[in-house]
Amino acid sequence: MQNTNGWNWEPGRRKETFSDCEQGSEWLEEWHVSPDGEKVACVACTAPAEFAMCVNGKLGETVYEKIICPRFDQDGKLAAYVSQDMEWFVYVDGETWEEGYGFAWDLKSAGGHVATAVQQDMRYGMAVDGKLWDNLFENGNNFCLSPDGSRTAAAVQVEPMGQAEIYKFQDGVFSLAVDGEAIGDLVMNVYNPTFSPDSKSVACEVRTSLYEYSIAVDGKKWGTSYNGVWAPAFNPVSGAVVAPVRIGGKWGLAENNNIIWQPKYTQLWKQRFTAQGDIWAVCSPSYGEFTLVKNDAPWSVSAAVVYDVAVSPDGQRAAAVARGHDRRYKVMIDNKFWPGSFEMIWRPVFSADSANCAARVDMGSKQTIMVNGKAFGEEFDQCFEPAFSPDSSKVLIKARNGKEYIRIVADVSEFK
Amino acid sequence: MYNKIFDRKVDDIGLQTGIDRLTPEKIEKTVNEVFSGETGAKLKVYHDTCVRCGLCASACHYYVSHDNDPSYSPAGKVTQTISILLDKKGKVGPDFIYQCAQIAYTECNLCRRCVHYCPLGIDTGYMMSVVRRICHKLGVTPQYLQDTAHSHSATMNQMWVKDDEWTDSLLWQEEEARDEFPDMRIPLDKDGADVYYSVIGPEPKFRTHLIYQAGAILHEAGVNWTMPSMPGWDNSDMAMYSGDFEMMGRLKRIHFESAQKLHSKKIVMGECGHAFRSVYDQGNRWLGWKDYPVEVVHSIEFFAHLLKTGKIKMAEKFPGPVTIHDPCNVIRGRGLMNELRYVVSEICESYIEMQPNAEHNFCCAAGGGVINCGPPFKNVRMDGNRAKADQLRAAAEQGVKTVIAPCHNCHGGLEDIIEHYELGLDLKFLGDIIYANMVKTKAVEE
Repeated sequence: MQNTNGWNWEPGRRKETFSDCEQGSEWLEEWHVSPDGEKVACVACTAPAEFAMCVNGKLGETVYEKIICPRFDQDGKLAAYVSQDMEWFVYVDGETWEEGYGFAWDLKSAGGHVATAVQQDMRYGMAVDGKLWDNLFENGNNFCLSPDGSRTAAAVQVEPMGQAEIYKFQDGVFSLAVDGEAIGDLVMNVYNPTFSPDSKSVACEVRTSLYEYSIAVDGKKWGTSYNGVWAPAFNPVSGAVVAPVRIGGKWGLAENNNIIWQPKYTQLWKQRFTAQGDIWAVCSPSYGEFTLVKNDAPWSVSAAVVYDVAVSPDGQRAAAVARGHDRRYKVMIDNKFWPGSFEMIWRPVFSADSANCAARVDMGSKQTIMVNGKAFGEEFDQCFEPAFSPDSSKVLIKARNGKEYIRIVADVSEFK
Repeated sequence: MYNKIFDRKVDDIGLQTGIDRLTPEKIEKTVNEVFSGETGAKLKVYHDTCVRCGLCASACHYYVSHDNDPSYSPAGKVTQTISILLDKKGKVGPDFIYQCAQIAYTECNLCRRCVHYCPLGIDTGYMMSVVRRICHKLGVTPQYLQDTAHSHSATMNQMWVKDDEWTDSLLWQEEEARDEFPDMRIPLDKDGADVYYSVIGPEPKFRTHLIYQAGAILHEAGVNWTMPSMPGWDNSDMAMYSGDFEMMGRLKRIHFESAQKLHSKKIVMGECGHAFRSVYDQGNRWLGWKDYPVEVVHSIEFFAHLLKTGKIKMAEKFPGPVTIHDPCNVIRGRGLMNELRYVVSEICESYIEMQPNAEHNFCCAAGGGVINCGPPFKNVRMDGNRAKADQLRAAAEQGVKTVIAPCHNCHGGLEDIIEHYELGLDLKFLGDIIYANMVKTKAVEE
């Protein structure tokens, strides 16, 4: 849940053109807007093979050979990868980490920390706030940062392997690494490590043979293998680990290796807990039909595709992006749909009191923000993720029309 | 008795080690698990309906290329594999599983040409896929095909391309392209783009110029596009062909979710055939999606759109005549033969049809994962596709010097055929010709 305290919630609108960067640039890349709507950033090409970060129209003083994958995190920090003299650095709010790497990618942030996947001298690992793992590995992927930002995990290749050494691979050359230390048995594959809410434990999917999948928690495998599993999640109340498992061609839910939802779903994934310990997930009760399910009770409405789930802060409501059989997008919420269908919809956002829900929608050539199924009476070339005020009464709209940036604080009642 | 006519065993570490680990009990249990849990009535109907009329035989390039040897006919391959597994209820020995694997993985391209010739509509390709599924579950798969499936599982691409190598390849191609198009970008992780462009593993590994060319075409056409910086970029799927459907599902999930995460309106796939089948026909359905969850467009359709709307114009047409190779999975599987001919007619001076053509075209013998079975089976492909060589030679005799094939596997297979049979033909992707001959309004003048 985004903390919106301290943001400017004065009703009204502000328009800015930020034209300074344009005057000193050959081109500007896509806009990125901070969560509070106060900063607009993009990469500026200032000369051939020269790039600078542009924030609110001001070019950064430092010029790099490349800048890629800029983004604002939930804390409003602007992070990106920058390249200089054949090395890659992490850029955070105008500063670059001291140490450069052969390559860096997959930026993550949590708890005020910024982490990245790193390749250094063809060895792989992670770095947090500029501190590299003590051990690097033959390969690494599926990188993960803990909720408090202090710990990291990844799937790592521990043993080297020659070309087409299929039996060595099947004997296991991959492992889970936590904070740079490989833990648990060597297995064929490790997927989707995830930390517990207190950042103390880590669970992941493991593949132990061509046909056997299971869940490992802190390196210890569940005693049962399944013919498929999806990413696990921790129950914040009990600490139990829950994962979708495939049995006899159907999907159910296992908790600490005990089946709690019988395998009756054509598909079941993206499970998540509420603070109270209830479970929401995406499921397919019958082939080709997808919906949301809470505590093993699917909604009655369905669509061809359902994803980008948002659960309200009180855990009682959920919303998701649904793609209909007509290939148009709708917001699925409270076991019904908002009116209207769109070319694209972004993940819905709930207000702090759980009473309101907003979503960014694309009508083809224009975009707008909807709240509770009602559109804001104005369309823009592009919108960014909306946010609610702490008292849930106002909506922050961040948008672009041509080269003009628009920040609007609107009352929920303005959506009609 | 059942392997009496099987006198063409090829040594392969994957197949041999696989059967060395088998017991009759494991075979019986696994075979019956697949039959009872995965195949249902479909297999039984196909199997029981076949009247052995033999009309499928001449549809198969292996049969035709082996002087009408019935053991290479589709029905013949069924009778040497799944018929026996069904009749004997899985009570067969390891040697028989070797035979099944070799036939299903290396003597059938799953091209489904035979389906067009079966008066009863039997899908022999499906039955060969079931044989492969059984062999996968028994751990009996060709070494090199299994290696690509392992690569998929470890890296989410078929070429062991590491996460950093992928993005590095894109940046390298972008840098190269800026000599020609000073403001060209390969936009990474752009949110809300109209087009998410995906490729197959060999492109960043061996054929990076194709990424350059695609970037140039998309740039010139003014398309709002992106490519992902994270896994999901590889649309290919050798796990589908090894019979590892669980991995097929995992691959398709990350591919589609990668596009969903970036809120792209459609996925445009590079010139590949099998990947197209995986995303629109098999991988998506294994996951429970009846349709694909994000709009999917093949390059053939996309190029046709760019040309029809005038977003790409040709400065000059490629000198002809050329001939067209119709890839199985996008032509028989998707029906893009008219779009393909439209594109070729727009970019080439003239073309001469290969005979037979369109949905009746002979396969390249590389598809279906056969080329991925590697060096041990190269001669299987060469000997098994004299029919393709004859088609190509006939086109060459009419003046054709260039073959257009909008599929990676077809390129691999046809290159080998052209060399083996000394046909002296050039091979092109559509993108090769469009890039080289389009009007480049955004390029620096030479």
